Amino acid sequence: MKATSHAFVDNAHAALGDGQLRRALGNIETGFQRKRAAAKLGLPEFEALRDQAKAIKDHTLAHLDLYLERFETQVHAAGGQVHWARTTDEARQSVLDICRQAGARSVLKGKSMVSEEMGLNDFLQDNGVRPIETDLGEYIIQLRREPPSHIIAPALHLNKEQIADSFRDAHPQFPAERPLSEPRQLVDEARSVLRDAFLKAEVGITGANFLVAETGSTIIVTNEGNGDLTQTLSRVHIVVASIEKVVPTLEDATTLLRLLSRSATGQEFSAYTTLSTGPRRPDDPDGPEAFHVVILDNGRSALLGTPAQDTLRCIRCGACMNHCPIFAAVGGHPYGWAVPGPIGAALNPGLIGIEEAHHLPHASTFCGRCESVCPMKIPLPKIMRHWREKAFEKDMMGTVPRLALWAWAWAAKRPRLYRWTTGPMMAVLGRLGRRKGRFRSVPLAGGWTRHRDFPAPQGQTFQQAWAAHQRGARRKGQ
Amino acid sequence: MGAARQGIFESLRRSIGRDAAADAVAAVDERLNRHPRGLVPALTRVGGAAAVDLFIEKARKVAATVERLDAFDAIPAAAARRLAEWNLPAKLRLAPGMANGRVDWASSPMLETATGPSRGEDLATLTGASAGVAETGTLIITSGPDHPTTLNFLPLGHLVVLSVRDIVPAYEDAWDLLRAAGPMPRTVNMITGPSRTGDIEQTIQLGAHGPLRLHILLIDEG
Ligand code: SF4
Repeated sequence: MKATSHAFVDNAHAALGDGQLRRALGNIETGFQRKRAAAKLGLPEFEALRDQAKAIKDHTLAHLDLYLERFETQVHAAGGQVHWARTTDEARQSVLDICRQAGARSVLKGKSMVSEEMGLNDFLQDNGVRPIETDLGEYIIQLRREPPSHIIAPALHLNKEQIADSFRDAHPQFPAERPLSEPRQLVDEARSVLRDAFLKAEVGITGANFLVAETGSTIIVTNEGNGDLTQTLSRVHIVVASIEKVVPTLEDATTLLRLLSRSATGQEFSAYTTLSTGPRRPDDPDGPEAFHVVILDNGRSALLGTPAQDTLRCIRCGACMNHCPIFAAVGGHPYGWAVPGPIGAALNPGLIGIEEAHHLPHASTFCGRCESVCPMKIPLPKIMRHWREKAFEKDMMGTVPRLALWAWAWAAKRPRLYRWTTGPMMAVLGRLGRRKGRFRSVPLAGGWTRHRDFPAPQGQTFQQAWAAHQRGARRKGQ
Repeated sequence: MGAARQGIFESLRRSIGRDAAADAVAAVDERLNRHPRGLVPALTRVGGAAAVDLFIEKARKVAATVERLDAFDAIPAAAARRLAEWNLPAKLRLAPGMANGRVDWASSPMLETATGPSRGEDLATLTGASAGVAETGTLIITSGPDHPTTLNFLPLGHLVVLSVRDIVPAYEDAWDLLRAAGPMPRTVNMITGPSRTGDIEQTIQLGAHGPLRLHILLIDEG
């Protein structure tokens, strides 16, 4: 997909002014945060499983070439085919070739973030193959020609009235005056429309949550059952996945599965977890006749061995974005690429380049909640800091922040000078701001104070306050 | 695409920068052959009746319904009752494994049955399951000549016959059974409750694309 991450700042501003969006994002706390917390409480081994999950992926990444080879061998043994793609261009060409070979005019799709990354839908459409999204959330945003705003809840940013409007436009076959004010009515209408599409399916494309090297199986985890209908009713099943999705064994996949749904939606297990291995067997009564796995690199292999390697442990549960104050304020769209939120800020600079994505690692308060909830223990703030350094090295920050940081660093390396200058400065600022407790504007920081007040310091530096505290403690101790 | 494959693997090996390739291969083979278990939650340390109880509790928690029967013969009448309760016609599409098995479907003449994969017109289906995992109330249904996968996803109401003997505590136990049964089937479905979606304002709605109802007939022959 074409990234718009460079426009993060403007898009985030626009999002902040969107009242409807703010209401929709308000659902995150009740919908996702509380449910995850309850699910974690329900499994005493949750923390220990996080450690094991991290170890599984670290081991796999250290042997990624070998596990991918075994996966390929096993897919072949089961009668399937593997297609390797260095770039998103190669990946979507592979998919198109398979569709053309099958003579398909349309394809059904289950939810897949890798296909978003590939910009697959637009590409297929431009080449005469109509993609039909079947996950309810993806279907809704496809009707609205929007990208997903969340990796597990693509239509998170919409309310039911907006969805009803889209359905009325898109489904002229139904009476115009039908009631569509309840979620139930919307779900039923989508079910009946997509049912026809399922029964005419030619090619079905799904993503994969995991690829199992031991068996050559691809695993999808869903709740609706659309991914299963997509692959079972199609003549040809194409799986699109990225290289880091592979895990060694069924047991390893199991450990990750125990964490995935709990972290994502707070479910102990999603309704449907499906392992697909090769095409239908000669005596199977149904299932696809052909099975293809398209495996995409798109820059990931080059991240191995760098500080950003840990992002490749991600299992795309969405917990980091569900607990991110920035995401909760602006939603997923401003991030401007397939993966939003903290993991987007840590991963995307490595995949689409720091030039495009340099705003993203700055979209963080470094509160650390993302890392604390990440089932894979990915040090997201640390990786964002790494990208901030890269952006600084590449001179991508603008002159004023750069000069200010440079001056601060220069002074901070000279403790005595630092104390001499900051002490009086705090005293003056503290006195000036005493009445209101805040400043409307601060010289050289107009960009910052345009949207918020600068809190007035208390009059002492931390070091002064700390020294006073120590003196007090010593006196008490005597 | 030979060039792409080669490019990716070269890049991987460059980034991984491994010295002792033989050790790495041995470590990988060992893990794949032995497939060691990770941490299995303590709640699965149950057997016998306790495992069955846990299975039932967990399945009900995800909106499946569970009914205990003491014989395979009781299935047709129980199925007919359930369809009536769901307000569905007394018509059922059976998995071949269930049609040709130990159940005498002729004993329930009120019930119209058909057998084989579904093409979408069936409102209710009945299949077996190869295992039930107590940990989360999960059914394991594998594809094969006796088990068309379409029956698991196309109907509005899905009835599943499970013998209490096939209930295992943890997912790992189900993998052991699967390995013992031979090569991997094309499809292994792990089904935990009926289909659902939270895509509209995060309200949970059942029956998104798959079944709206999931009823488990648990056979305990004593
Ligand atoms: S970074 Fe962690 S929390 Fe975020 S989506 Fe990935 S696995 Fe989940």
